[in-house]
Amino acid sequence: MKKTVFLGALTVAGLAAGLVSAGTLDDVKARGKLNCGVTTGVPGFAEPDANGVWQGFDVAVCRAVAAAVLGDNMAVEFVPTTGKTRFTALASGEIDLLARNTTWTMSRDVDLKFEFVGVNYYDGQGFMVPASLGVSSASELDGATVCIQTGTTTELNLADFFRANGISYEPVPIETGSEAAQLFLAGSCDVYTTDRSALAAQRANFPNPDDYVVLPDVVSKEPLGPLVRHGDNDWGDIARWTLNALITAEELGVTSDNIAEMSAGTNNPEINRLLGTEGTLGEMLGLDAEWAKRAIMSGGNYGEVFESNIGAATNIGLSRGLNAQWKDGGLIYSPPFR
Amino acid sequence: MSDTPNIGFVRHEPIPPSAPPIQQAGVVKWIRENLFSNWINSILTILSIYFVAKIILASTPWMWNGVWTTSSLRECREVLQGTSGACWSVLVERWNQMLFGFKYPVEAYWRPTLTFGLLLVCIAPILFQKLPRNMLMFSAIYPFLAFWLIWGGTLLTPVVVALSLIAGYLAFVKMERLTGFATGLLTGVVAVALVLYLGSFVTAALPEFIALEPVASRDMGGFMLNLILGTVCVSLSIPLGVVLALGRQSNMPIIKGICVVFIEFIRGVPLITLLFVANVVLSYFFPPGTNLDLILRVIIMITLFSAAYIAEVIRGGLAALPRGQYEAADSLGLDYPQAMRLIILPQALKISIPGIVNVAVGLFKDTTLVSVISMFDLVGMIRGPISSSTAWTGIYWELYLLAILLFFVVCYGISQYSQWLERQLRTDHH
Repeated sequence: MKKTVFLGALTVAGLAAGLVSAGTLDDVKARGKLNCGVTTGVPGFAEPDANGVWQGFDVAVCRAVAAAVLGDNMAVEFVPTTGKTRFTALASGEIDLLARNTTWTMSRDVDLKFEFVGVNYYDGQGFMVPASLGVSSASELDGATVCIQTGTTTELNLADFFRANGISYEPVPIETGSEAAQLFLAGSCDVYTTDRSALAAQRANFPNPDDYVVLPDVVSKEPLGPLVRHGDNDWGDIARWTLNALITAEELGVTSDNIAEMSAGTNNPEINRLLGTEGTLGEMLGLDAEWAKRAIMSGGNYGEVFESNIGAATNIGLSRGLNAQWKDGGLIYSPPFR
Repeated sequence: MSDTPNIGFVRHEPIPPSAPPIQQAGVVKWIRENLFSNWINSILTILSIYFVAKIILASTPWMWNGVWTTSSLRECREVLQGTSGACWSVLVERWNQMLFGFKYPVEAYWRPTLTFGLLLVCIAPILFQKLPRNMLMFSAIYPFLAFWLIWGGTLLTPVVVALSLIAGYLAFVKMERLTGFATGLLTGVVAVALVLYLGSFVTAALPEFIALEPVASRDMGGFMLNLILGTVCVSLSIPLGVVLALGRQSNMPIIKGICVVFIEFIRGVPLITLLFVANVVLSYFFPPGTNLDLILRVIIMITLFSAAYIAEVIRGGLAALPRGQYEAADSLGLDYPQAMRLIILPQALKISIPGIVNVAVGLFKDTTLVSVISMFDLVGMIRGPISSSTAWTGIYWELYLLAILLFFVVCYGISQYSQWLERQLRTDHH
């Protein structure tokens, strides 16, 4: 039996190699599960809990899309990927959506043939040093040894930053964030650099957090967002507007608490369009009218997702900063639902 | 002058041997000979004692002080109040993830546990010749039973595979008697395929027949994954290695060429490259949804890798046999398969056992490399989900100590067995 399946798979592979990305929505519906690529673990962004259930800020995007498309936010098959395997997993069709704190860069968008559907977290690369080093700015780090994760944009930004400032450094390449933190604590490097959100998360769990400071310099733009393959724009639209629905819900004050009440109909037409009581926005996506309502109910609106996973009340303790709504001086902005 | 000479004392029994000087006996002698025989050894001994004492003095309070009941590293630190102590709570909370991976259904943990227990029963008659030979019947059934227990699904799937193999064997035996080895082998393969094809209708019709809850390969993880990869790959690569070793010695240029190229290519490539090929490159050849199982791809790659090494070990065994053994087989009128099966291989494999065990231990430890292709084996679980979780990020020693313990028990066991086996097989009686 196995052998026939295998031979059949080989034949189909030959025939269907050119049709890889046709109709992702239909594939997902037929499968009944969304295959979503996540990290192998970044605190607050994606991590399985003690019961093996994935939790986190990036995970919430996967769950919202699954809720919108399949009506069940648990119908997600999480595929853990590393920095090196994430893009091939998406390109080969092993996953439908990659929500793995991936920086939106031009070459990834254009050359690697992916489509970033938005930004769910605006990050920037920062530096953490022991307070005893007495450094107040990154430009004073001449000759420092720097712990850095390989295969990431931070590695390239670091080289750019030090070259632009005409100072030298010695990189200590490391595979995962937790190993980097351990080496930094052990004094193997003077500086630990990565996205500032990750720095904050790591520092929160240090034995003596006050002995370490995150320098004020932000040396790069790291817009992190979910992405899909080039070539299936319908599927890209669904992912993009699911994310936008979460953002718009926060802007309009739709929360997981009041959504039941609001979906009965309000006097704000945009809320009504969002929640499907007016207009045909869901139909345009090839989904039903309540798609956005389900997405929002899966984990709350953007602000709720932020606060419950990485917000000030959690161990990670990140403030909204750039990730506040545009009305509050941040960059989080969704095109209108019209 | 009849006085007898005045002999004051005549000794009637020999002087009892006096105890050896204190420096030449017992513990003192052993210490002098083994630890302080000259000044270099004395310095090394003192240094070793210093470092061992330092490690014990540092680690014992840390272990003893350990906290077992908290739910995060932060709480551990609060309980310890700055004193040195381990945070064993992470093991209490996550031991099941380290052993079984984080997605294997909790209510089904008994299945891999039972499979592991039965594994010991299965390999016992293979490892120890003195055990009753009919236990080998169970060893033959075991692979199918293990597949059913771990992956679940209907019992019919492994039964059909087993039946097809039996049919293939029977066909092979019948045809070999009539026409010879090659046609026998061909008939056997045809019989296997035929029974598999017919059986696939039966399994499709009765998917619920004595079925366990199916578990996808993707959900396997932890130490269980290391054990699965280790046992499956070693047991598959030994027959493959034998074939390759014989092929490399063959007189037929094409077969010899294929085997040499295969062995030298695989040995010239790092295992980690092969794993990346299995994970990344192979998935380009399959359309989405029909992906060959990742575990299956990895098993294929590791098996090919270790088969190349085992082939070279066995070739060493074949080369060690005197030429006369080959000639004796020929002069008995045996054909090539018979000569190999009855005369050459039994002796060559016996010589190769230590080498094969060596490859097996190395391979078992190499299975942790799958963590780099985001499979959550024991090391992958530690590096990924556990040490990156909000509650436990920043914890290292406790997790890796458990990993060390688990691997040490298995590898030391294998190594002790191979030493025992060498003593058993020694033919040069002194």
